[in-house]
Amino acid sequence: MKITQLSVFVENAPGHVLAPCRVLANAGVNLRALSLADTKTFGILRMIVSDWRQGAKALEEAGFLVKATEVLAVEVPDRPAGLSQVLAALHGSSVNIEYMYAFPFGRGGKATLIFRFDKPDVAIANLQAAGISLISHSELE
Amino acid sequence: MNSRSTVSNLEAKTTRACFSPASALDFVPRRELQQLQLSRLQAVVALSYENVALFRARMLERGLMPEDIQSLQDIAKLPFTVKTDLRDTYPFGLFAVPMKDVVRLHASSGTTGKPIVVAYTKADLDVWTSVVSRSFSACGLHEGDIVQVAYGYGLFTGGLGAHYGAEKLGAAVVPSSVGNTDRQIMLMSDFGTTAICCTPTYFLHMMERAGAMGVDVRKLSLRAGIFGAEPWTEGMRQHIQQHSNIKAFDIYGLSEIIGPGIGMECVCQNGLHIFEDHFYPEIVDPETGELMPEGEEGELVLTTLSKQAMPLLRYRTRDITAFYTEACECGRTIRRIRRIGQRCDDMLIIRGINVFPSQVESVLLAVEGTLPHYQIILTREHGLDQMEVQVEVTPELFSDTVGGLEAMERTLAHAMERVLQVKVRITLVEPRTIQRSEGKAKRVIDRRQS
Repeated sequence: MKITQLSVFVENAPGHVLAPCRVLANAGVNLRALSLADTKTFGILRMIVSDWRQGAKALEEAGFLVKATEVLAVEVPDRPAGLSQVLAALHGSSVNIEYMYAFPFGRGGKATLIFRFDKPDVAIANLQAAGISLISHSELE
Repeated sequence: MNSRSTVSNLEAKTTRACFSPASALDFVPRRELQQLQLSRLQAVVALSYENVALFRARMLERGLMPEDIQSLQDIAKLPFTVKTDLRDTYPFGLFAVPMKDVVRLHASSGTTGKPIVVAYTKADLDVWTSVVSRSFSACGLHEGDIVQVAYGYGLFTGGLGAHYGAEKLGAAVVPSSVGNTDRQIMLMSDFGTTAICCTPTYFLHMMERAGAMGVDVRKLSLRAGIFGAEPWTEGMRQHIQQHSNIKAFDIYGLSEIIGPGIGMECVCQNGLHIFEDHFYPEIVDPETGELMPEGEEGELVLTTLSKQAMPLLRYRTRDITAFYTEACECGRTIRRIRRIGQRCDDMLIIRGINVFPSQVESVLLAVEGTLPHYQIILTREHGLDQMEVQVEVTPELFSDTVGGLEAMERTLAHAMERVLQVKVRITLVEPRTIQRSEGKAKRVIDRRQS
């Protein structure tokens, strides 16, 4: 249900996003989704990769600070109201979104949304009750 | 790791306080010690007066003759010696013996201009070796220990000073000198090193590197670290002890006086015992030079009581400390000073406010679970001093959310402002981006002049 995302601390300066991507490339780890949260001085590079354990190991060995976080990957039809349908399923529950990002996953007209919720288990129950499908790790490899 | 087993391991590895013949002179009754100090003081004043032009001139200015030193209290009649006196007389102007009697020269790393030169006769080297040997003995080292000396060997006094002291004690010395950290860790692991001598910053670097190499420092035979050559805090000691399963001891010295071995912590880890039979300590008001009341904080002033090649009278160390007024539990009769957290020279004046780098370190340590590498950067914008503290993000500090990291920056900034009374900008930087030094840490970059 939950999938593992890798977060890497990067300074907000030229070249600092390239370096961790290069490490993953050399380790043969494929990037499935990526988002960059930035402030004036630093950023957090969040990535969904084909093999998060291998990715984390390669990044740590290269000296990066890596955190593995559980997130939910939600599949929605790639059409208007795709996202609002998901958010509507959570409306009224106490679940809060800490952050989210979206990417087209190339799976027959569907898009994928990555969510970090404060109460992931409550979110899963609500989404499943609304018939919204969640992507598992095996589907990312 | 199970915390209970860690504690019991540490206990098992700690050497109990026990009397060693190497430490006999630390336990001399105070009356005898004072008699010895007085006769040595009189001799060193006479030697200085007769052989060093600067000392003779300064004593004559005050109408002072060597015979005027009749008691230990009379030391206060003598003029101070300061660091610039050593620079002004570069290289050999303060020597009290002819070069034929000098067997060793050391020099400080001069950051500006000429270095400071210090000289030793054969007897001086024997004194130095004996005080370093007493230092190691005080913290529980003995024959059979394997002592890795990771201070720099060369003009710096740290390496050779520790080396001969450990040898005299009968320990097996591994003269690894500084640098090549991977090899240091390999030697530590393969040789079963039981004690390491280096700067505390370099040991932190070794711990970090060992982790990256997959070596568990807690499982090594290492049980003691003898750390010196830079000021460090009690918090840093706790951090090192908890994360490496060793006892971390503070050794004090400065090249001008002899090198390492002027003072050392005993197993009680509660203040540094000064080897008073060779170095006479006073604590004075750094502004007025007046003696401070016993137990109050001031600048440490040292007089070499037995040095021949280059005696120094009432040398201003610039180190801020205080005497302990009560006796140490170990039973040593030689007095203790508080560990040195600050030097007068370290003081930064930021917008007119006095700031010590050690205060920054104490704040970083107070914020739970962090002993990050840091650097203070001072700049001037629109005529105003700006203080930035760059902090390397550690796994404990790293939060996956921007809000979490920004909250950490704010927490640190507020805590710094409360302690320092100066506005501080905190910048989080990637791990291992602040330059590691193998000797003394470069904590401050002052760009206000340019």
